[in-house]
Amino acid sequence: MKIENAMKRRQFLKGTLGAASLVALAGCDNLTQSNWFPGVLNQAEKLTALVQRVITPANALAKEYTDADVSTVFPANGNTDPGTAEYAAHVESDFARWQVEIVGLVEAPTSWSLAALKELPARTQITRHDCVEGWSAIGKWTGVPLSDLMHKVQPLPTAKYAVFHCADIDDEGIAYYESMAIPDCYHPQTILAYELNGKPLDIPHGAPFRLRFERQLGYKQAKYVRRIELVESLFGIGGGKGGYWEDQGYEWYAGI
Amino acid sequence: MESLIETGSDIQPSEIDHPIHQEDASSMPLVTTPAVERVYRHALPVRIGHWLNVVWLFILIMSGLQIFNAHPALYWGDRSDRDRPLLSIRAVKSDGGQVNGITTILGYPFDTTGVLGYSNNSVRAFPAWATVPSAKWLAMGRQWHLFFAWLFVINGLLFAAYAFMSRHIARDLAPTGQDLRGIGRAVKDHLVLRHPKGDEAKRYNVLQKLAYMAVLFGLAPLIILTGLTMSPTIDTAFPWLLTIFGGRQSARTIHFIACFSFVGFILVHVSQVVLTGFFNNLRSMVTGWFVVKYEGVRHEN
Repeated sequence: MKIENAMKRRQFLKGTLGAASLVALAGCDNLTQSNWFPGVLNQAEKLTALVQRVITPANALAKEYTDADVSTVFPANGNTDPGTAEYAAHVESDFARWQVEIVGLVEAPTSWSLAALKELPARTQITRHDCVEGWSAIGKWTGVPLSDLMHKVQPLPTAKYAVFHCADIDDEGIAYYESMAIPDCYHPQTILAYELNGKPLDIPHGAPFRLRFERQLGYKQAKYVRRIELVESLFGIGGGKGGYWEDQGYEWYAGI
Repeated sequence: MESLIETGSDIQPSEIDHPIHQEDASSMPLVTTPAVERVYRHALPVRIGHWLNVVWLFILIMSGLQIFNAHPALYWGDRSDRDRPLLSIRAVKSDGGQVNGITTILGYPFDTTGVLGYSNNSVRAFPAWATVPSAKWLAMGRQWHLFFAWLFVINGLLFAAYAFMSRHIARDLAPTGQDLRGIGRAVKDHLVLRHPKGDEAKRYNVLQKLAYMAVLFGLAPLIILTGLTMSPTIDTAFPWLLTIFGGRQSARTIHFIACFSFVGFILVHVSQVVLTGFFNNLRSMVTGWFVVKYEGVRHEN
């Protein structure tokens, strides 16, 4: 009798817990699909950005590794070839006519060829690339500190973001772009990289230039950079959220 | 045992609502009646914190599994050497075209079709019923995870502040020397599912104390710190995090192990709650009041 009761009770508990977790799961999915809840979840990004900005010294450097730490295979994610005829022509000519320009809210819009950029003082850094998916790879990047280019073009006080327009277009015809806050452009490790592990950047990794912005996740590291536009607001650019992945629900502040 | 005679509890008689309250005892002689005492066991801040944590942990674990599914492998060190994962959960297609879920731990493969790797005709490490949201959706999983991580941290800090200031830790949670000397007996009692009764049931036993202390001040800080170590910005602000956890990928692995330690703790915790009087335990965590039964004569002095 007592054992039977205990068994009944156990079954009841099991049933209740099972049903409760199914209801809770369905509840989570309903919230995800609702108009308002993702907006609430999104508030965490602002808090994270604020707190991380406050506790992180402006020029604190990302850890730099040694040659021995470099990944044997550095995976290439996202678009691995812009695939356009125009880009193919650039590849054909070894990017001799590729220009990268900084325009928008600047005193002196300027454009550089690959050769011109390579003549500027370079920075080499062995850093860790953290993909939003969870994996990390270590690579040795060489490029021009973006701060040097910013000093040349002199941003106007109204400029709040640097938008990186890229040459890669996805299967649906949407162009890749990214953006960062102006102060981050002056971080010593923010570079326009043209070499990976001592070799010219290859096509899967973003030839001829890609952004390295070492304090944030991989999707911020725009490849195939063609034009850097300084703007006051991200509204009206792409989907308006500040980047290709941001327009698909990823955080603009990718510090975590 | 001496403690059976003494009031082996830090709850003073003045705090007891009805010192000896008889239930269903009208027809029975007084001396053999199990006496029932109501004890105010859990203060309001503890109860609120506890139930909020139930919600936060449920969401954090399941949204964490969603994030894990985006790259279902774990590594040691700073980088992910894909040919050398400590653990991976993959779908493998056999020559016959059949798809199996294969979980590989330290090089040893296990067929986990139906749960891990391949479930419901879909290639995914953890199955839909274990993730938030249930569909494969990394961006949304991150939104859930990083929002509720804040609530978990805030809840934890408030609890820690309360527990220190109210002396909840010193009074109820920190094991005493006597507790620790009785650990062998406590382990034996637990193994045969013999649980403290009477005055002994009014306080946490030594294994309970150790488990709660380990979770509150070991596991919870560990899971938060390893989570933060995965943040490239936090790593620039506090590079020592990478040092103490052995790299970002190690931190991710420890984060995952800590997650399943929480799952293990929850399973043991809930089963103990069920075994030691489900409704009494549940009521005490809802209203604060816990009923202690005394079998036979109660020693009053």
